[in-house]
Amino acid sequence: MVRIEIDGQSYDVQDGENLLSACLSLGLDLPYFCWHPALGSAGACRQCAVIQYKDAEDRRGRLVMACMTPVADAMRISLDAEQARQFRSDNIELLMTNHPHDCPVCEEGGECHLQDMTVMTGHTFRRYRGLKRTHNNQNLGPFINHEMNRCIACYRCVRFYDDYAGGKDLQVFGVHNNVYFGRFEDGALESEFSGNLVEVCPTGVFTDKTFSAHYARKWDLQSAPSICVHCGLGCNIAPGERYGELRRVINRYNGEVNGYFLCDRGRFGYGFVNSPERIRKPQLKGYPDITVDTAESYFRNLLKASKPAIGIGSPRAPLEANFALRMLVGEENFFLGLEDTEHALLNAIVEMMLDGGIHSPSLREVEQADAVLILGEDVTHSAPRLALSLRQAARNASFELAGSLHILPWQDAAVRNLDKHVSSPVFIASVCATRLDDAAANTYRGSPEDIARLGFAIAHSLDESAPAPAALGDTEQLLAAAIADSLKQAKRPLIVSGTGCSSLAVIQAAYNVAKALPSINKQLVFTVPECNSLGLAIMGGRPLSQAFERIGNGLADSMIILENDLYRRAPSRNVDLFLQLADHVIVIDSLENKTTEHAELVLPTSTFAESEGTLVNNEGRAQRYFPVYPETESVRGSWQWLTIVMEDCQWRHHDQLTAACASAFPDLADIIQAAPGAGYTVKGSKIPRQPHRYSGRTAMHANANVSEPGQPHDIETPFAFSMEGDMAQIPPVLLPVIWTPGWNSNQAINKFQQETGGHLRGGDAGIRLIEASGTLPWFRDIPAEFIPTPGRWRIMPLPHIFGSEELSLHSPSLLERLPDFCILLNPLDAETLGVDTGDQVEISSLAGTWVLKVPVRIELTLPPGLLGITAGLPAFQSMKSWAQVTLRKVEQQVQL
Amino acid sequence: MKKQVFEGLSSAEIDEINAEMSHYEDKMAVSIEALKIVQKYRRWVSDECLIAVAELLEISPTQLEAVATFYNLIYRQPVGKTIIHYCNSVTCWMLGSDQVQECLCRHLNVELGEMSADGEYTILPIVCLGACDHAPVVMVGDELRLDITEDAVNEILGR
Amino acid sequence: MEKMDKPLTKNIRPDRAFATLADYESTGGYQGLRKAITELSPKEVQQWVKDSGLRGRGGAGFGTGLKWSLVPMDANVLQTRYLVANADEMEPGAFKDRLLLEQDPHQLIEGMIIAAYAIQAKIAYIFMRGEYHLAAKRVENALQEARTEGYLGEHILNSEFNLQIYLHTSAGRYICGEETALLNALEGKRATPRAKPPFPLVSGLWGKPTVVNNVETLCNVPHILQNGVEWYQGLGRGSDQGTKLFGASGRLKYPGLWELPMGTPIREIIEEHAGGMRDGYKLRGFLPGGASTDFLLPEHLDVLMDYEAVAKAGSRLGTGTLIVLDDKTCPVQMVLNLEQFFAQESCGWCTPCRDGLPWTVTLLKDIIAGKGRIEDLDTLAGLTRMLGPGNTFCALAPGAMEPLQSALKYFREDFERYIVGSHAVMESS
Ligand SMILES: Cc1cc2nc3c(=O)[nH]c(=O)nc-3n(C[C@H](O)[C@H](O)[C@H](O)COP(=O)(O)O)c2cc1C
Ligand code: SF4
Ligand code: FES
Repeated sequence: MVRIEIDGQSYDVQDGENLLSACLSLGLDLPYFCWHPALGSAGACRQCAVIQYKDAEDRRGRLVMACMTPVADAMRISLDAEQARQFRSDNIELLMTNHPHDCPVCEEGGECHLQDMTVMTGHTFRRYRGLKRTHNNQNLGPFINHEMNRCIACYRCVRFYDDYAGGKDLQVFGVHNNVYFGRFEDGALESEFSGNLVEVCPTGVFTDKTFSAHYARKWDLQSAPSICVHCGLGCNIAPGERYGELRRVINRYNGEVNGYFLCDRGRFGYGFVNSPERIRKPQLKGYPDITVDTAESYFRNLLKASKPAIGIGSPRAPLEANFALRMLVGEENFFLGLEDTEHALLNAIVEMMLDGGIHSPSLREVEQADAVLILGEDVTHSAPRLALSLRQAARNASFELAGSLHILPWQDAAVRNLDKHVSSPVFIASVCATRLDDAAANTYRGSPEDIARLGFAIAHSLDESAPAPAALGDTEQLLAAAIADSLKQAKRPLIVSGTGCSSLAVIQAAYNVAKALPSINKQLVFTVPECNSLGLAIMGGRPLSQAFERIGNGLADSMIILENDLYRRAPSRNVDLFLQLADHVIVIDSLENKTTEHAELVLPTSTFAESEGTLVNNEGRAQRYFPVYPETESVRGSWQWLTIVMEDCQWRHHDQLTAACASAFPDLADIIQAAPGAGYTVKGSKIPRQPHRYSGRTAMHANANVSEPGQPHDIETPFAFSMEGDMAQIPPVLLPVIWTPGWNSNQAINKFQQETGGHLRGGDAGIRLIEASGTLPWFRDIPAEFIPTPGRWRIMPLPHIFGSEELSLHSPSLLERLPDFCILLNPLDAETLGVDTGDQVEISSLAGTWVLKVPVRIELTLPPGLLGITAGLPAFQSMKSWAQVTLRKVEQQVQL
Repeated sequence: MKKQVFEGLSSAEIDEINAEMSHYEDKMAVSIEALKIVQKYRRWVSDECLIAVAELLEISPTQLEAVATFYNLIYRQPVGKTIIHYCNSVTCWMLGSDQVQECLCRHLNVELGEMSADGEYTILPIVCLGACDHAPVVMVGDELRLDITEDAVNEILGR
Repeated sequence: MEKMDKPLTKNIRPDRAFATLADYESTGGYQGLRKAITELSPKEVQQWVKDSGLRGRGGAGFGTGLKWSLVPMDANVLQTRYLVANADEMEPGAFKDRLLLEQDPHQLIEGMIIAAYAIQAKIAYIFMRGEYHLAAKRVENALQEARTEGYLGEHILNSEFNLQIYLHTSAGRYICGEETALLNALEGKRATPRAKPPFPLVSGLWGKPTVVNNVETLCNVPHILQNGVEWYQGLGRGSDQGTKLFGASGRLKYPGLWELPMGTPIREIIEEHAGGMRDGYKLRGFLPGGASTDFLLPEHLDVLMDYEAVAKAGSRLGTGTLIVLDDKTCPVQMVLNLEQFFAQESCGWCTPCRDGLPWTVTLLKDIIAGKGRIEDLDTLAGLTRMLGPGNTFCALAPGAMEPLQSALKYFREDFERYIVGSHAVMESS
């Protein structure tokens, strides 16, 4: 800490910080553009000017850029000095000479950092009489609009996109006041993190194209704190609704999890909520139009009439819904709804997390790792936001070197200039090339068995008592030794693995490596596929196949399927049979799918946007999400459908259910602390979901009803569907929308952090359920090397950010970014088959039960004998992971 | 004009670019030289060439374009066989660079930056050529020409 | 024998044939290098140059020996150190380095080898503007000669010292001359300047300690080594040491470039060496050191051309090449020409420069076109403060403001004449 004086007041600030960041941490208002807490300082915009005085005698001082000035003890500065104010106002005037002043038609309007800063500096009058330069805009794909005329050239976009996120297709072109930020040519932005441009850009150059289609001003959006449901990382989001439609998703800062950034699946995957495939009404086979009441009593009667029903849970449903189902059907009739392999993998992960004794890091902690081994994951596709964090971890060595040269971490360009000399090693062992390889010190490609073997060898290199794989090749041996060596030297080594390559051996190998590491600050993190995969696995239950057996054996004749499309879990034939065997199939889900098609009774449930629940992310952090807006009449939360039919149900409210779940499972005991319950009030009132300026409330339903309808009541959460209430006293974690007077953009978050870029005041959202304890014995089940069988290929599903996740596949914008429908083959295999990229092959299962024709793409890095497909893509649903198939070239019909 | 079919960089170009690489710590560093080498052979850098160079340097076309559009002497549009740069900086301006420009353009019947009809010349302004004691000056291709008068323009353009 | 009073240009012949290696050696060339390498330690060489009082000729006048002595010499993690000769000369009105490059390239090369030795750099670059084709050819030739003769390469003069020098020719942009932008350009990037600190001396080219020196600065070095510090100090006439290339351009009888002692009076340069104004023209003012220096007036003719004296008169020595304004050239239009240059050459990184210079140009154009308003002069004056030193990311914009601010001071009536009586004024008054 050092003591500095700002406008005559003394403050203690963090040593080594820059002055801008220090001022903002102190809660002072100082305008800025190019600086960003995650991107550091650039010094380009010159907006953060303050006056620095040499000493108490110095009355004139000199103008300095706060973001470029390190704080120093006894430093004296002024934000208020006339000269500084004038400069900041003049600077805005200059920025505005080319700005189109098109706020009324600009989608940034109302949450525009440029607007805020302009007002803050007091620049109100235009003296410039010249022409404004104009630019052509580009089509940047389905996610992002481009309006270059609004650009103020703060360089944030390229600094985020290129420098921070490793993108290669967005740059600055031209010089002087003709700089242009765009792509080499029109086309979709390639980075998986492109959506962050919307928030990184301080004005309306990059805006959310999916939002444009049904735009509303920020102040007209109703919001509630929420959690992304599109992968297992649990990024915090702020969805916005108007007129019963989810309009967009933006980042909600969580200092431990996602920080300032989301991935594009998380930001743009929300479209499923508004999808025409949404189930809005109960459906009963043979009865076209049933009421909710009918559905409810039908459901109740079914439960009474039949043999005990079985319940199939869901990794994409919250703990409470799964728990309610489990209570409804009884523990012995509850199944997790996971296919065997995934079930086994998740169980293994849970065991390692609970009893393995190794810390599972948050994303913030991931960013601090100084050596990383990724075993078997293409993180960018399986847990995208994690990839962004790992990319930052690779830079820790640069920060260290910079430190030795007295370069401070926020001196961004200077630190980056050192990046190419040193990097904290990231090793990636994966099935084929990954999107993070450019940040890797070394990569290894192999089958899951070979990846696991490498992992076991690394563990053995680190600790001789760990089992070693037999007959490992020399190259692998050397690589393992080298990786082990790097990891051993690291202070905060991190092992990353997960369910991505469907191999238990890989996960066990990852554990062995972590266990073998000498560092006390070692970390092990697993990616899991869905938003509550880990929570579900902690809760525990049997795999899906046993449910099949139970029905097959006639021990049960009806089943309740909770938010789970079984066709994504098991081969269609098995599911068909299973569903046919059951007398009654009740499905609770939000979107139509193949499983709902087969149901006798479909109960419409709300999505994350209209309901509440607790999810456990891959780190073991329980987080609560809240309804953004009330569900439509016939739709209920899954937990409500399930509890309402219970006899003498004691859980009339969600909080009670959460509490019951917490007390039923010791490992979930802390979930009640994930967020305050419905009784929480601020100065006696609930927290408003609508901003003060929310417009048209009295009129917005006038087309349906001329009298103003009452606001719906929310008795389940601390939030109200209204605009009444005091925003000022709300703890940051419960703020539906980030706003503070004068700060209308998301950058207002600095007012809610302990220090810029740090934790939220009152603590980041969520509660960690698991802290490292215990230890597990070495895993010794080392697979043999994978040797392809000639003429056979093994199906290897590869996750894809835009193809593999169920819900986001219903989002129109994402569909435009789907990976090509094709299979991947090693060039040697392609040669054997006589096929080239673009040719069609016929894939047949060994049993001859199905045949599929698919175009081929040659993938140099895919090991021979494997056939890569996009995991989770419905077109590949018939293909079971790891199944053996045969391939045949389809001779092209000659076109006449 | 016949449309040129792009067949990648010539081996001469590739060799020259590779030779430059040994002078620097990384490939990116030769980006400017590489573009200039391409221009030596083709006068300007087409999109196809730019993409090919980017591939050679293991950077993206976008990244190379960022560099290409920064520098003044990288031409991303076709230019004449000989570029005549006339200096329009302060001393030359004082001593008549406007007339020099006017004279050049009139003789060739072109606008600034335009290629003459025969494809021989393009006239472009340039900043101070470091010969202010002989203003006004022009640079014809690689050659600096001093103390330019209308006669000198005639002589340069051979008419 | 060496012409002791004109060390820099002693090899430059009136016929402008360039000095070959043999020519260069015949007048004592590479003796300074021999002395440095065989008799002095790197630290001693730094000290000699420090003691000589040599100040950078690139415009800022930073002590050269001092600069070298700030390079971390410990075995840094990054090992390598670099030297770069700044041969980007692009400032309007500056035409001194081209002469040295074209006529006596070995002088630069020797200076570079000594400098590299002093900071123990193993690789050096000559960063030359792309338009200097002849200079590039001659420097490349000279480098080849020097390699063949063992002045460059491994074990230079049988010592342990190795050095490679590469020529990089740029692709045009004035900002490349700014030393940190130059480093980005050398790395093949957009030539936007870098923030300082870290100074290139600590973390420069590819993050490694790097010294950037102007061509003329480096050309002084061999002579200091060869003839000694005292000799060098004896060359200056004012408060600065050594000789300097002074030039003058504009409507003069004999515009040109001369090597003269530091501290030569301006009058002597303009009236004697350049022969005074052309017939029919009178001197109205001049920019003493290139386009980015403040105007001075005839009353300043007796100011000495050294860093201090020119600064005291309210301008900068800059490159030491004078641009002369005559009485028939409109100072407002001249300033417009200069500002157009700067606006066009702004790298586009920082706001005041990127957006302030084009506005300056617009205002000046409006004024000249009779569309100016009297308050525009205040706006212009405001811009000169706004874009002043420290306010922008690098020194380009502050440099651009120097001629404008002094023109507003000295030639205000010329600005007003455009405005007064014009339609715009009537409207606004
Ligand atoms: C916009 C700008 C352009 C510059 N151009 C040149 C140049 O062309 N040549 C040069 O030697 N220095 C130039 N400089 C100065 C350099 O930044 C640097 O100070 C100089 O090369 C250091 O060399 P010296 O210490 O030998 O003078 C320029 C500075 C600025 C701000
Ligand atoms: S003053 Fe700013 S915009 Fe101008 S050249 Fe320097 S850094 Fe670039
Ligand atoms: S925020 Fe400080 S210069 Fe941009």
